[in-house]
Amino acid sequence: MVPTNYYVILSAILFGLGVFAFVFKRNIITIFMSIELMLNAVNLAFVAFSQALGKLDGQVFVLFVIVVAAAEAAVGLGIIILIARNRQTLNVERVDLLKL
Amino acid sequence: MTAPLVVFFVLAGLAVIGAVSLILQKHPIHSALSLIVVMIALAGLYLLLGAEFVAAVQIIIYGGAIMVLFVLVIMLLNAGVEEHTSISKMAGAPGLLLVVALAGLVAATIVRSTDSVLSTSQAGDMSSTLEISNMLFKDFVYPFELTSFLILVAVLGAMVLAQREKS
Repeated sequence: MVPTNYYVILSAILFGLGVFAFVFKRNIITIFMSIELMLNAVNLAFVAFSQALGKLDGQVFVLFVIVVAAAEAAVGLGIIILIARNRQTLNVERVDLLKL
Repeated sequence: MTAPLVVFFVLAGLAVIGAVSLILQKHPIHSALSLIVVMIALAGLYLLLGAEFVAAVQIIIYGGAIMVLFVLVIMLLNAGVEEHTSISKMAGAPGLLLVVALAGLVAATIVRSTDSVLSTSQAGDMSSTLEISNMLFKDFVYPFELTSFLILVAVLGAMVLAQREKS
């Protein structure tokens, strides 16, 4: 049996890489993908704790997280298409209308 | 080293390599393919944890539906190689600092809490899919119905956002 610690540490590593990708990447689609990576890392922690505690609430929460992620992907990609159409770029640094 | 541990390390290595590759790749389509690797590896880890239903949902919804949506949008918008300015290269240093701080915080928490939760005996037999469906449609039926409403709103929102404006 794999200790639950390992899963939680892997989850923390994946979440950290997701945060790093979020602040480092400049393509708006890749930034959106790093959000998905962070959600996946949290899901892994949920399932690991669900198994460690012998309760299934965590797995049900994972299903809800996946549903919300799907809804978020639909709306977010709609927004991305809108930005690309209005600004002709996917680079977040070029989307600077509110900048002085 | 037992067999589950070997499988865990192989899948964990695959997931971390995929996540690092997501950061290092310049083209968004390569990043998307890296993310698919991460998701497949996580589905394998869910199987290892005995959560078959979550593993299947992970592959079907994440690896299938959501990532196909991403790849479709990348192709639709003809996204090219991303460009970094000197300021955005500087953002890497605080980002790395943030990641190290976050990982340190989580690691410290895990180390301190080993005796309370994490050392409880792991329940071996869970016919999880049956019990998940029982919980989903009995205990969590109100949030479940709310998510269907959420999806409806998301679909309407995506349609409103992506439609062409009438001239």
